[in-house]
Amino acid sequence: MPINKHATQIRSIILSNRRIGVYHQIVLEVGDVVKYIKPGNFIAISVGGETSRMVLRRAFAISRTSDKGTVELIIAPYGGGSKWLCAQSEGTYVDVITPLGTAFGIPTEPVTALLVGGGYGSAPLFGLAEVLKSRGCRVIMALGASTAAKIYAPIEGKRSVTSLKIFTEDGSAGEAGRVTDSLPQLIEEHEVRVIYSCGPMPMLEALSEIAVAADIAHQCAVEESMACGVGICMTCVLPVKNANGKIKNLRSCIDGPVMDGESVQWRLVGQQL
Amino acid sequence: MSFDFSTTLGGAWFPTPLFTASGCASSGKELAQFFPLREIGAVVTKSIMLKPRAGRPTPRMAETPSGMLNSIGLQGPGIDAFLVEDIPWLAAQGARVIVSIAGETAEEYGVLARKLRGVSGISAIEVNISCPNVENRGLVFACDPNSASEVVKSVRGIIGGELPILAKLTPDVTNIASIASAVIRAGADGIAMINTVLGMVINTETMRPHLGGKTGGLSGPAIRPIAVRAIYQVREALPNVSILGMGGVASGKDAFEMILAGASGISIGTASFGDPSAVYRIQNELREILIGKGFASVKEAVGYAHRANVTEGE
Repeated sequence: MPINKHATQIRSIILSNRRIGVYHQIVLEVGDVVKYIKPGNFIAISVGGETSRMVLRRAFAISRTSDKGTVELIIAPYGGGSKWLCAQSEGTYVDVITPLGTAFGIPTEPVTALLVGGGYGSAPLFGLAEVLKSRGCRVIMALGASTAAKIYAPIEGKRSVTSLKIFTEDGSAGEAGRVTDSLPQLIEEHEVRVIYSCGPMPMLEALSEIAVAADIAHQCAVEESMACGVGICMTCVLPVKNANGKIKNLRSCIDGPVMDGESVQWRLVGQQL
Repeated sequence: MSFDFSTTLGGAWFPTPLFTASGCASSGKELAQFFPLREIGAVVTKSIMLKPRAGRPTPRMAETPSGMLNSIGLQGPGIDAFLVEDIPWLAAQGARVIVSIAGETAEEYGVLARKLRGVSGISAIEVNISCPNVENRGLVFACDPNSASEVVKSVRGIIGGELPILAKLTPDVTNIASIASAVIRAGADGIAMINTVLGMVINTETMRPHLGGKTGGLSGPAIRPIAVRAIYQVREALPNVSILGMGGVASGKDAFEMILAGASGISIGTASFGDPSAVYRIQNELREILIGKGFASVKEAVGYAHRANVTEGE
């Protein structure tokens, strides 16, 4: 099977760049390739310009696409590469490669899905929510962050969501506490059949345990640091158990970012296999 | 005027002097989405070991100014799976292939050579004796002329004249030309250099070494002058030995510089991480530069920086 068979490298123009809370919403024109982008896929962007000392491409989750050939990214200007990208103005061209990686699997039946996002990890979940809703699924969303400014929940994104719960660790928005705390109860109440998640690794690990206990599927989008995004550098590996029970280091760019939460061996991350 | 873009390395012919670098192209499949593999000189595969290997723990990567540190530790499927899955696929693409091998003992390299002997579709073998990401620095064969020679002899003993052997060297030695001379005497047909330079990043938040393997190999434009120097020195000492040059090449101009230093072929590594079409792009840029400078062939430009001063006024 070809790897990343729809991945295309293009010069893409920044159509808009807006600050939303602590994040930037960047809209890029990617043209026809948009029809191959599915929720969960990511985009890798060259940063810093020609004389940059940053030699590696940056991977970003795609939050939404439009049939006009645009993709929307929600970026936290944290490191050198994301700061550079967030500082670019409309009309700037950037070198991008998309779509990359695996996508969220969509249920064949109209079930109730729970979407859990940590911080800006919520961004790709809104695009997913639109697709799930169009397939007749009920979408329950639970978002968590350390503080209110780090919750990303755009008004237009909420349309596809049946119910939205917000949790902050400092209690500055929604309920005080961690997003994972009330989920077992919520899963039982709403007869949730599948969890989709995106966010920091400890949250994904906690969700995997909750999903196993409730005996439901859990698809998570992982974030492991990548040098290339296309499968050649072998830096972004995670330990994953395969169907035969063998644990192998799999690339989160090729075999992810969307992975089966139960198969990822969270406790072995950072350990010698 | 016709321009000859072909090159030879240890007797093997390649249509262009641009190659992938081992460990920076996996086994080729991932890059095939971005350019036709048959149109570059050859795909140099990741270094293959005898058995499947999980590699080092994460984090495996740290970006550094104009470069990066990696600590992969030779993760791979092992030679048997590689021969079944990867070589036939590369051959079907019409790509030329240089297989890179790595072992823990000189004998293991010999066993790998035995498995490769007779496999069709291979143009040369790169004997990687300089991977920095191993537990014991004493096992970096290329740090010692005797250990380096033993490995090359072990491979040469199995591979007769049918396949050229390139020994991959590290710049982390006092005198790289003496290591190069030793491996050539032991039977290598050419030198591949440079491997990454041993380095470390300490995370100032956790205040511990950032990489899971603590140390890693530095690559990228940051090490290019080291590579150019090492290639120049080996060319000076061994003017008839072919060199596959690498280390931070990111443009046609960089590749040209390495050819002037003495490389007959150029491998592209870290630049492919930032731009998966880098090998192809750099190949086109290099062709333009060579033609623009008036060279009729790649061969004419190899080692041109070594020419005597008396020819300057011509």
